[in-house]
Amino acid sequence: MTAAALDRAPSIGRAFTAQLQRDLTIAFRSRSELINPLMFYVMGISMFPLGVGPGAERLSEIAPGVLWVLALLSTLLSLDALFRRDFDDGTLEQLVLNVDPLFVGVLAKVLAHWLVIGLPLTLLSPLAALMLFLPGAAVPTLVLTLLLGTPILSLLGAVGAALTVGLKRGGLLLTLIILPLYVPVLILGAGAVTAVIDGVDPSAQLAWLAVILALMLTLTPFAAALALRVGLE
Amino acid sequence: MGRLKTVWHRLGSPRWFFEISGPWAIGATAIGLTGIVVGLAWGLAIAPPDYLQGNSFRIMYLHVPAAILSESCYILMGLAGAVLLIWRMKLADMVVAAAAPIGAVFCVVALLTGAIWGRPTWGTWWVWDARTTSMLVLLFLYFGVMALRQAVPREETAGRAAAILAVVGMVDIPIIKYSVDWWLTLHQTSTFKLTSAPSMPAEMYLPLLVSVLGFYAFFFGVLLFGVGNEVLVRERRTQWVNDLVRSRQP
Repeated sequence: MTAAALDRAPSIGRAFTAQLQRDLTIAFRSRSELINPLMFYVMGISMFPLGVGPGAERLSEIAPGVLWVLALLSTLLSLDALFRRDFDDGTLEQLVLNVDPLFVGVLAKVLAHWLVIGLPLTLLSPLAALMLFLPGAAVPTLVLTLLLGTPILSLLGAVGAALTVGLKRGGLLLTLIILPLYVPVLILGAGAVTAVIDGVDPSAQLAWLAVILALMLTLTPFAAALALRVGLE
Repeated sequence: MGRLKTVWHRLGSPRWFFEISGPWAIGATAIGLTGIVVGLAWGLAIAPPDYLQGNSFRIMYLHVPAAILSESCYILMGLAGAVLLIWRMKLADMVVAAAAPIGAVFCVVALLTGAIWGRPTWGTWWVWDARTTSMLVLLFLYFGVMALRQAVPREETAGRAAAILAVVGMVDIPIIKYSVDWWLTLHQTSTFKLTSAPSMPAEMYLPLLVSVLGFYAFFFGVLLFGVGNEVLVRERRTQWVNDLVRSRQP
């Protein structure tokens, strides 16, 4: 085999990048789907001052929790689309049939989802933090927790999305089955931000978030791949 | 070892299981109910009142077994789910299906008795205490498994989907428990701890032990009944089920 042919030979790495490229291209071509979860994030946050009053003191007290809960919800709302469109037009079947091992394809899709939802959300969070008067010293920690936490949300959510992909109205069910699994991420993420506000070192929470990320990165792609196979049977 | 293997292979036949499990279900339920009645009567009427809480602590004899069982039941469900996914044993699917509602009921019982117990001791129906919160999340996990199972139209797919969720939940449960414990140490420092008086005298401890064992036997029996029902429902088109139904008709 020549070097050029070797370059074009199918490989796991190539399957991964091809899937990632494809998903990113599709995402950037339908801008509204890209923007909507972010708009939901900002809008949802702006509901809280309207609900509990505009006082800076109270808002800054609930800010870590609100910022994190809204991050959970925006991710959840975007998850249904993770496999849905591919399922509807049949490309998901192609993925399941063609990419072996399947978890590589799943991992590429999850990474694309995180790049399109989780990362922009993280980058947007300082602005949202400003709206809720989160103390400036806590903003870097907030960004760091979201940076560690949103990939976990995408990874765990992929399992739920894969489990509900064959269902006609899977959106709400997806939320129901995944939300309890998000509890540790919420506690550790919001806890780290609160810790900084209280003047405590948040590195323990950050380390635990990183541990959970490592664990989920190794386990959930397999579970999601299995769920896809089951759903497409 | 060889015999264990035979049993394992035979478990692949729902019919064999149904025929063998009937007496076990009746026996375990009977033993369980006896244990529960003895344990509760002993705990409610005979055990001495608590020096701090008076008589209100007696709800513990119902509350603690229910809480323990709801957790054991989830572990059993997760293990059954793993067996289904690895060996594709039909019976494991039926165990997942039968275990979920039972575990959810134990969860609700534990939460309700906890609320009733909390009113006189903590002065409030609900406290965001570590165990209460983990129990609530556990209930949500049960609801998720049940909802997913109901939503998927094809039986076989539904079973495997629910099994995947049960296994993922089982992996996540220790993380949830740990993080909830952590969350409490961060947010709440003044919670009245029931465990602050750790050494329980034997006359209070023994009825609890009897009650817990009774609950386990009862759970085992009810689970066997539930799995037996699942077997009949799923095999309803087979000859042996039809023969069985006809033979039971007057």
